[in-house]
Amino acid sequence: MNGRRLFGDFKVVVLSYRRNPVALFFSLFFPIILIVLFGYILGGSGSVTTPLAVENLDHNSPASQAFLSALNNTTLVQITMVNYPPSEFASQLGDNGYTSGLIIPDGFQANYTNSTPVNVELFTNPQDASGAGISEEAVQGVVTAFNLHAACPTCSPIIGITPKNVGSQVYKEIDYLIPGLIGFTILTSPMFSMVDIAASYRKDGIFRELSLTPLTKAEWLTSRIVWYVLLTFLSAAIMIGAGVALFNAHVELNAGLLPFLVAGPFLFVSIGMLAGTVARTPESAAIIGNIITFPMMFLSGTFFAVSLFPPWLQSVAKILPLYYVIDGMNQVMLFANTTRALTDLAVVMIIAVVFFLLAIRFFTWRDE
Amino acid sequence: MGQAIEVHGLVKQYPGLTAVDHIDFQVASGSVFAFLGPNGAGKTTTTEILEGLRNRTEGDVRVLDLDPWKEGRRLHRKIGVIPQDFRFFEKINPREAIEYYAALFGTDPDPMELLGRVALEDKADSHYDTLSGGQKQKLGLALALTNNPEICFLDEPTTGLDPHARRAIWAVIRRLRSEGRTVFLTTHYLEEAELLADHTAIINHGKIIAAGTPGEIIRRLGRPERLVIEAPPSLGTYLQDQAGIPAEIHDGKVEVPLRAKGDALRVLNAVASSGIPWEGFTTAQDTLEDVFVRLVGQMDDGALKSEAAP
Repeated sequence: MNGRRLFGDFKVVVLSYRRNPVALFFSLFFPIILIVLFGYILGGSGSVTTPLAVENLDHNSPASQAFLSALNNTTLVQITMVNYPPSEFASQLGDNGYTSGLIIPDGFQANYTNSTPVNVELFTNPQDASGAGISEEAVQGVVTAFNLHAACPTCSPIIGITPKNVGSQVYKEIDYLIPGLIGFTILTSPMFSMVDIAASYRKDGIFRELSLTPLTKAEWLTSRIVWYVLLTFLSAAIMIGAGVALFNAHVELNAGLLPFLVAGPFLFVSIGMLAGTVARTPESAAIIGNIITFPMMFLSGTFFAVSLFPPWLQSVAKILPLYYVIDGMNQVMLFANTTRALTDLAVVMIIAVVFFLLAIRFFTWRDE
Repeated sequence: MGQAIEVHGLVKQYPGLTAVDHIDFQVASGSVFAFLGPNGAGKTTTTEILEGLRNRTEGDVRVLDLDPWKEGRRLHRKIGVIPQDFRFFEKINPREAIEYYAALFGTDPDPMELLGRVALEDKADSHYDTLSGGQKQKLGLALALTNNPEICFLDEPTTGLDPHARRAIWAVIRRLRSEGRTVFLTTHYLEEAELLADHTAIINHGKIIAAGTPGEIIRRLGRPERLVIEAPPSLGTYLQDQAGIPAEIHDGKVEVPLRAKGDALRVLNAVASSGIPWEGFTTAQDTLEDVFVRLVGQMDDGALKSEAAP
């Protein structure tokens, strides 16, 4: 590695980028758009409540009022009182955009005080699995409490729950989203441009021209890595800033984040270069790049937490390199789990070094 | 004066095609060497082998006493190359491009002086993608000079340029020669070779079919100088039959080869005594282009095989 050559090449990368408005837009403004968009979609307030339509056929009896008030106190559901014809309840829910609904039957109070079994009707939509789960959990909790009280009015529960969150803070969706979206830009920004550069510079003969200079392949790739590391620092700062300013996100600014902001671009510049090298034309390079990028874009914890996936899909996520970048950032930014973060970092660095060496090995300046 | 380039028995084979077929030539240090040939003849392949961009199948190649393939990195510090169809980073201007190459080679040229040599100072701050074809080619030439090379390889440097831009490139080539550099020029403009080159080799179907100075090639392989008379064909018949002078009819004109100094006078005397009216006369000599077209044409007619495009 020669410092003057590396710096000279780096300068050309910076100038080319600075004079390309599209590239600048995608690296600096696109992250802001992502944060704003996903921040609003997931609700900036961060309350994870499920809308629940409730029809009270027991004419607002005190018992039914008490039941609904207990349900409201769970803070898991957001109750809206409705007045649909009971026979059309399910279809009206759908028409009005609800995925969960509850009917309290006529005679609820009378049956409850007589200890006669009575059922509330809970409607859920299996397609909204998380909403269904939350409303079932909330209703089940209140029903259990009411049953206990009916069986033994003076008893107090023997086993209780003290609610605690993982880590020291209560997290909102936006808090999880920031590491995910930083991971998203770490992946997409070098991948898309390196794949294109690798293929089009060969087609245009620019690599051939550079091969006639003392610049080495390692120097060439290193100056791109340095540039994408800087760009990642910048876009991460922008996203964290936007998340804090617009959605009051909680972010642990921890030096442990920095190794991931270096290792991530190192990894994806190398993979992008290798993909562009293996492809013979810019067109096939774009296809290969997409095949590599798209699964990672959605399955590595970028927009959705991997823990929400079914087990088989979680196994798939764990073979994707980006998973370890995002998981590592979650560990340092949210959970302060240094051991796991170090393991993630080791995985990322090993894969990155392997791909860097492969890219150098297969990327040829000159033809046989 | 030593040899800057020595090539012996060079062969380059691709699957199903012998692009270069046992060729030999030398280029003397400090000379301009023009390498001519139709498209697909093996010109660019040979040039790329000399530049160390391509490996050879067999043969001996020494450039500045180095093996271009095995000692490419050492060679590249001593040569300058403008490839055919030179391309560069779109958003970089010529001044920055020269600073970039200077950083890569570890040299310290004055960018404006270098751009001045190729008459591109006025475009020093224009992005590459706004330059015209000729200006791009000039930038390629300036970049090839940032490492103060001993040999400059110019692969069709004037192809597609307007006559003005072409003359500007010629001036740079003449200056390179006057500075004692060796210039290896490939071109398919024969007049360019005739004007600039000390030595020329013509390649076709991977073989060298003629070599020497342009004058030597014309004398050896061209038709002799001839007298061209604007007159009816009957004059040709008269000269053949009555005066015993070999004459041919070409394009409606009578042509008589001139083999000795006195030939022209003898022919004109015969024309005058024929009584056949004539308009005027000129003398004609083959150019390198005439020789080239005839040599390449004969080969292709004889072989009747089409060659794959490069």
